Amino acid sequence: MSEARVIALPDATDRALIVATQGGLPLVAEPYHVLAEQLGISAVEVMQRLQTMQQNGIIRRIGLVPNHYALGYTFNGMTVWDVPDERIHILGPKLGALPFVSHCYRRPRYLPDWPYNLFAMVHGRSREETDAQVEEIARLLGDDDRGHAVLYSTRILKKTGLRLGNRGE
Amino acid sequence: MDAVDRAIINALQDGFPVCARPYAAAAEQLGITEDDLLQRLAALREHKTITRFGPLFHAERLGGALSLVAMRIPAQDFDRVAAQVNAHAEVAHNYERAHDFNMWFVLATETEQQLQDTLRAIEAETGYPVYNMPKLEEYYLNLRFAV
Repeated sequence: MSEARVIALPDATDRALIVATQGGLPLVAEPYHVLAEQLGISAVEVMQRLQTMQQNGIIRRIGLVPNHYALGYTFNGMTVWDVPDERIHILGPKLGALPFVSHCYRRPRYLPDWPYNLFAMVHGRSREETDAQVEEIARLLGDDDRGHAVLYSTRILKKTGLRLGNRGE
Repeated sequence: MDAVDRAIINALQDGFPVCARPYAAAAEQLGITEDDLLQRLAALREHKTITRFGPLFHAERLGGALSLVAMRIPAQDFDRVAAQVNAHAEVAHNYERAHDFNMWFVLATETEQQLQDTLRAIEAETGYPVYNMPKLEEYYLNLRFAV
């Protein structure tokens, strides 16, 4: 991981709070009080724990995730790039800064079958839009683009989401 | 979805207050009532315009193991292998993609050892190699969409 700070792990009460909220925050005027009642702790403690988990990065943020399909972003391409290892720490953040890239990660190569080490998910409202996004990334990388591919999803085979308990996000 | 719904989606992607009456606080910023915000969020969730509303967790920081895994499966074996892979509870999502590497799934387990065990089990059951591609570095993650 790139984050150098000390990683705090959630304790049992944090995990109970994670399990209680992974389906979403209650849509009632006092949601943290509802969670407090479920967990048998005070609302103040619920709020403190949520704030602490936000500060130490266990919670990325509290908020809303739109369904990008419902919003018309139906073309999602996993773009994969073979870039020089010694330059990837510069190139990764550059790709991540593009407005249409939602995730950008370094992953391992499997030579010779899989030469790609930089992954960036792009989202567009049409195939033309995503194709143009791929071209923009290629232009940005210039000579550092030693080969790339775009993997469009053709079928969802399973989508259960990550759950703590069987565990997860 | 009207202009108010769009304003809600845009505003609440950036964060949500932690206080006794958070919907009232967020509604005030948006210039609507607490009740209106609650009703609209319920409707947006009902119509699946939003996929999540609440804390978004950093999966790696929850203490388990998580990885993206790819496989190359010939067309005639694809459905059999998909069923074998999906039968594992540790498989959270699985997508078919248009490429030689045509199956991509996310594995989530309590420990790294369990992750490796699941990978070996999938190889043994399916007869095909798995390509484990864990995240080595995160440069960016943003699920924000302006609407």
